[in-house]
Amino acid sequence: MRKLDQAGQQDLTSCTVDAHPPKRILIGKVGLDGHDRGAKFLIRALRDAGYEVIYTGIRRTPEQIVQTAIDEDVDVIGLSLLSGAHNQLFARVAELLKEEGVEDVVLLAGGTIPEKDVPYLEALGFRHVFTPGAPVSEILSALQQELSSRE
Amino acid sequence: MAESLEERFEQWKARTLEPAIAKVPECADRTATVSGVPTDGLYLPEGHGNDAATEAYLVAQGFPGEFPFTRGVQPTMYRSRFWTMRQYAGFGDAEETNERYRFLLEQGQTGLSVAFDLPTQIGYDSDHALATGEVGKVGVAIDTLADMEILFDSIPLDKVSTSMTINSPAMVLLAMYIAVGEKQGVEASRLTGTIQNDMLKEYIARGTYIFPPGPSLRLTTNIFAYAAELMPRFNTISVSGYHIREAGSTAAQEVGFTLADGIAYIDAALSAGLDVDRFAPRMSFFFGAMTDLLEEVAKFRAARRLWARIVKERFDAKDPRSWMLRFHTQTCGATLTAQQVDNNVVRVAIQALAAVLGGTQSLHTNSRDEALGLPTEEAVQLALRTQQVIAHESGVAHTVDPLAGSYCIEKLTDQVETEAAAYIEKIDEMGGMVRAIEQHYPQNEIEQSSYRYQQQIERDQRIIVGVNRYATEVDVQPEILTVSEAATRRQIDRLSEVRGRRDSSEVTHTLTTLEEAARSDANLMPLIVDAVRAYASVGEICDALRRVFGEYEEHTM
Repeated sequence: MRKLDQAGQQDLTSCTVDAHPPKRILIGKVGLDGHDRGAKFLIRALRDAGYEVIYTGIRRTPEQIVQTAIDEDVDVIGLSLLSGAHNQLFARVAELLKEEGVEDVVLLAGGTIPEKDVPYLEALGFRHVFTPGAPVSEILSALQQELSSRE
Repeated sequence: MAESLEERFEQWKARTLEPAIAKVPECADRTATVSGVPTDGLYLPEGHGNDAATEAYLVAQGFPGEFPFTRGVQPTMYRSRFWTMRQYAGFGDAEETNERYRFLLEQGQTGLSVAFDLPTQIGYDSDHALATGEVGKVGVAIDTLADMEILFDSIPLDKVSTSMTINSPAMVLLAMYIAVGEKQGVEASRLTGTIQNDMLKEYIARGTYIFPPGPSLRLTTNIFAYAAELMPRFNTISVSGYHIREAGSTAAQEVGFTLADGIAYIDAALSAGLDVDRFAPRMSFFFGAMTDLLEEVAKFRAARRLWARIVKERFDAKDPRSWMLRFHTQTCGATLTAQQVDNNVVRVAIQALAAVLGGTQSLHTNSRDEALGLPTEEAVQLALRTQQVIAHESGVAHTVDPLAGSYCIEKLTDQVETEAAAYIEKIDEMGGMVRAIEQHYPQNEIEQSSYRYQQQIERDQRIIVGVNRYATEVDVQPEILTVSEAATRRQIDRLSEVRGRRDSSEVTHTLTTLEEAARSDANLMPLIVDAVRAYASVGEICDALRRVFGEYEEHTM
């Protein structure tokens, strides 16, 4: 992720050293629920696949998620939630990212999310919404596609 | 020459069985198979009656209702009375949930189980910024006593027992339950039910903590002491393995970590000066039931035996009721699939059967649609019917611990017990469960098991029907229940209306008194009862405690 500064200039400090540094992914548990089994599994699977993963821990606010994403300069944010508060809280994360001028980060969502809410989340900018039973292979290939299309 | 098993059996009948039957007789319809063959309440080993074999049997299993309770905590088990059918429920506001409770009771449910929403569980009022989007979502929103009055409207608390899944603010909700009882004319001493009140597993697996472990354990033991005096029929804790299992542990880890938590609670209560036989009889437990039927049956038996030995031998408890591991079971939600949801009905039936064959005291069966969201009324009814079919039609309720003596079950029981005991020993060496949690020991062990299990599914080494085999192209999604935004608004309106009409000086006074007492070592329970009677809210009471105790912060990887 490269944050645009006030003048609209790209901050290039993050892509100076290596042509192919590992992509950085933030896995965020926004909201109040403590169901982190899926998030923790995914974190290990992503690390095994060569990504650098930052985990926020449970019970983070949208503001904390966005701040960590900026501080850690991540390429991808994956949000996980079970409680049913996704429409409000995921929307708030997307809104805050816009306010902060963060534009090129890939947004992913996962959790107990009913099919009928998927179009709404996609309209907010979530590139993929992974629902219960989604195999990790599907998540990895979607991620690879998203990142390579942005190279 | 030692007494034979037959002689011991006759003694048990006179000592334990007959007094129990005199109190609650056996049901005539549970004494024969469907073909008319008589079934005994209890079967014992036959044909190798030498002294050594008898002694080995008595040490490992004994008789139901007696130490070490491997075969069950009651001498007749379900032959006299079925387990309590208790569906965990709650959503939206108190009115909607009260309606669901009355529906469930009409459908033959025999106890209530309250699911609170996350803001209530973490001590935030419904109008708190952090409650945004969460009000009424995973359970019912309760802010003040006014909500609790509506929740139990027309439900007689002297007749129905209630389990409440509440931990950090357990005292507040228990105080509200006492206050609702008072308004119905039911004294606290007659209230029956269970409060989860198990903070350690919140740090390990569930996440609804507020305060650090030290103050949390104090609140837990305050409830033990208060209830020992005033609420002798209430279970003061439900030491929970369910969430540990749901986080991905093995069966032995579930038993080992849960009983290690139980040991920590006993240690804390003893340090607070309580006598073990005053509070241990009111400790209860809560486990999950997976689909792996035989291991699950063995797990429940192993947990009973191991706990009985710990409380009797390690803590020197004298009252047999202190030794009994009584438990609630819920079928494991993480086994439900969003694909081919009807398959979940079958999974739940097998899991429920495991719980019954394992001797559970109460049972929640999950609904088929819970991988997608909260269950609809129709789905909950089917889940309850599943229990009723097992109870009335399967015949497994006719006989105590019917799988005992199976080579497989006995071996698995021994194995779960040995492995769980090794975990407890390891935690003892670390200085107890609080220290183990600080060092992330149980968390890491669970995470390893969870990762292994999920990898097996990803690699098709473990088959989940309808997910990684026998998948279908088109999956029809059932109707799911959604919580209306109107309920959230109603809840916030009611809170501000209550704040407007209560005596605010009384609220301030009770909260100040509570905060001061929290700085001493006083029992906080009576003061919280005063505060809820004045209609102080869950958030206000928890804030008073936060000012004294601070808040727990999770370390992340």
